[in-house]
Amino acid sequence: MECVFGLLGDGFALVAADTSAVHSILVHKSNEDKVMILDSHKLLGASGEAGDRVQFTEYIQKNVHLYEFRNGIPLATAAAANFTRGELALALRKNPYFVNILLAGYDKDIGPSLYYIDYIATLHKVDKGAFGYGSYFALSMMDRHYHSGMSLEDAIDLVDKCIIEIRSRLVVAPPNFVIKIVDKDGAREYAWRESIKDAGVSAA
Amino acid sequence: MARYDRAITVFSPDGHLFQVEYALEAVRKGNAAVGVRGTDTIVLGVEKKSTPKLQDSRSVRKIVSLDTHIALACAGLKADARVLINRARIECQSHRLTVEDPVTVEYITRYIAGLQQKYTQSGGVRPFGLSTLIVGFDPYTGVPALYQTDPSGTFSAWKANATGRNSNSMREFLEKNYKETSGQETVKLAIRALLEVVESGGKNIEIAVMTKEHGLRQLEEAEIDAIVAEIEAEKAAAEAAKKAPSRDT
Repeated sequence: MECVFGLLGDGFALVAADTSAVHSILVHKSNEDKVMILDSHKLLGASGEAGDRVQFTEYIQKNVHLYEFRNGIPLATAAAANFTRGELALALRKNPYFVNILLAGYDKDIGPSLYYIDYIATLHKVDKGAFGYGSYFALSMMDRHYHSGMSLEDAIDLVDKCIIEIRSRLVVAPPNFVIKIVDKDGAREYAWRESIKDAGVSAA
Repeated sequence: MARYDRAITVFSPDGHLFQVEYALEAVRKGNAAVGVRGTDTIVLGVEKKSTPKLQDSRSVRKIVSLDTHIALACAGLKADARVLINRARIECQSHRLTVEDPVTVEYITRYIAGLQQKYTQSGGVRPFGLSTLIVGFDPYTGVPALYQTDPSGTFSAWKANATGRNSNSMREFLEKNYKETSGQETVKLAIRALLEVVESGGKNIEIAVMTKEHGLRQLEEAEIDAIVAEIEAEKAAAEAAKKAPSRDT
């Protein structure tokens, strides 16, 4: 089952997501990137119905970019989060998107922020959040070890602790994860945690 | 003649669409704009008519980005420009969303021109009163391009072109002096063309330079002044060389 989780640290925010693309009992690929770089200083980690996930997050990304071209400045993280929630809310009673989202961003005057947006358009500004079966384990780990203003080293350590719990305790645990970070220098990939590499074709 | 300019959808007996031609007149009254294509640099320049003292000049942007690799300058009705630019920006993102590819300069030019043409063949509307200069780099081949559209909806690619006030003089200058340039030389050529018709000085010219690596960069007034000074010095040196023929026999 898919898993996305994230937390705020000292001047940064982390978003981690599993990287399995699954259909019924088949794993299509184990290196699917589910944390989209929304713009220079925003991350959008999404999980849920595969088609909806890509469709909805790309739609949000293009609209965020359009705002920047129209207005000459990027959207604030809070504004992007509210826009995203609004789109989910509009579609909810017509043709809902089944996508859960963690939106992390860095604003110059506010610092890092993290928003929890679920598929029925709930919006919460949080310090830590998680979606999926893995959330049971990730949230418990974070409840135990998280404190505000963690250093990057400690935060990555906590993320790794969560990943270990998910791998060892969830029955159909995703093997690989991607971790992305956003801070004053922008949004970027931080690391992958792979326990299964997509094997190449062996020589004949 | 008065009977044929009321409605846009009516041809005159001698084959004119008067509203379109009147729109072209509006363009001719607009501020001068020039575009020059170099091998690795494309330059857009626009005349800045004297800014009123109390106006915040930063809110009047005449050279705009449509996407990270496409920019546009225009001459004519600025309010019409806002509408076209907005539609073009939406189309740039829509294209990226549907085909996962940035637009090519030709595609977005064709789109803008198509929009302008639609308004020459609809009831109850008037044409857009502006001509645009659209520049950019092909997202995959990196080839620079410069296109121009006008109120009739025609478009074509150019090595260098001008539109707006005194565009004929600028185009003549460019035809005489154009050669393949790159980098700063392209900027100088664009400024020299603009200076033919505009009062010299950084505060009367707006220049933006587009490169593949850095996208669109608006030049500061001080930078423009420096280049203008260089150009004037070169001109003075050329004049002096002409006046004093070689003394050696």
